[in-house]
Amino acid sequence: MIMTILYYILTGFIAFLIIWNLLKSKKWQEEILYIIILMPFLLRLFRLK
Amino acid sequence: MMSVHGLRIRKCSFVILGAILMAFAGTSFYNSRHLREPVVLSPGVTQVKKLSDYFPGIKGTINDSNIYILEGTEPGGTILILGGSHPEEPASRLTTWILAENAAVEQGRLLVVPSANRSATTVTRLGGAYPPDFTIPTPWGGQKFRMGDRWSNPLDQWPDPEVYIHYPSRQELAYVDIRNLNRTWPGRANGTLTEKTCYAMTQLIQKENVDIVIDLHEAELQYPVISTIVAHQKGEDLAALVSMMISGLEGFDIGMEYSPKALHGLSHREIGDHTQAISLLLEAPEPFLDATRGRTDRALLLEGKDEFVLRAGKHGLLFEKMDEDGWPIDIRVGRHCSTIIYILELWSEENPEKAVVARKIPRYAEVKEKGVGFFLRDPTKEDPKNVYFE
Repeated sequence: MIMTILYYILTGFIAFLIIWNLLKSKKWQEEILYIIILMPFLLRLFRLK
Repeated sequence: MMSVHGLRIRKCSFVILGAILMAFAGTSFYNSRHLREPVVLSPGVTQVKKLSDYFPGIKGTINDSNIYILEGTEPGGTILILGGSHPEEPASRLTTWILAENAAVEQGRLLVVPSANRSATTVTRLGGAYPPDFTIPTPWGGQKFRMGDRWSNPLDQWPDPEVYIHYPSRQELAYVDIRNLNRTWPGRANGTLTEKTCYAMTQLIQKENVDIVIDLHEAELQYPVISTIVAHQKGEDLAALVSMMISGLEGFDIGMEYSPKALHGLSHREIGDHTQAISLLLEAPEPFLDATRGRTDRALLLEGKDEFVLRAGKHGLLFEKMDEDGWPIDIRVGRHCSTIIYILELWSEENPEKAVVARKIPRYAEVKEKGVGFFLRDPTKEDPKNVYFE
């Protein structure tokens, strides 16, 4: 259970980093890439997949 | 150089687009996980228990499965039938549906579990492009089932360890198999969800004094253990006799394999080793599982036709025949039904004091002719108190 909670915290932190990079990026290709790679992290955080 | 305003509009547009895509995917995953599968109780079902009745540690979890108990008026033996150990092998769950909705027991008891690993029914293979569900056509329309996967849903058990060490043998198994119900027998009371589920089943087997456990499965055609009964040494004679009788009389061939003594975590090994029960595992052919399959869709799942698996057969790479007719679900379920009938009959002949006599279980030829859907009952036409959900 502790490991599961730690993994969710880790997932949330990585999702935060991706969103941060998305906000800072000035290249449209990178922005699309960040949005795509963000999805599995959010799906796990929202407990959908 | 784009202005700050333009940059914000572009980012917002991408985020909205991403949110729409995620909403579609998320809705599909949510609906698949929460699809309710009705089971209309056969008049032969006398009780419905929960797995937590045998091990409270599983209560409140997704794997607190239903156990449908069919009791005869005469005392006899007890046989437990497990479907959905690997839900991506749908013939196993559909066979238990037919039993729970149709069978009647005259002597002894039949315990039926359609969702042995319910968590695994709520997810599909990650990255596998599996369909989320499938529908069995019935005379009253159709019944939809969750597709499922081989492993428990990571939403219920996460993360996987770097190395999975099986309890109690300490054998090292594939890390992902810590979520595989057929690698975690006999289970552990303080283990992961999948281990706890097996522990609860082991408690059930011991407390209900089960004589035989039949674990229903399907296998890819490129796997040598196919179209067979895998038997613990306690059940070798029974399995061999069933194999001979079916191959001679029922219109299809089924082999018999010995459960390897050194391979741990599997039902046919651990149930026999750790409980009083004989453990048997049935395998039917399912081309959907073959690595060289083509499009992984509902048609392949239900019709079992695939040109690439067919070609593999022409190159001698398969352990079961494959032709243009494929392996339809009706044939796969029919095989399981007839094999169960023969196990019951031959066990009862040899052990009259522990006989389990059941009727209204369709045979192979009947399921093949009428289809699986013919034996599924319309939940809308039944008294709601006789309808349970998996």
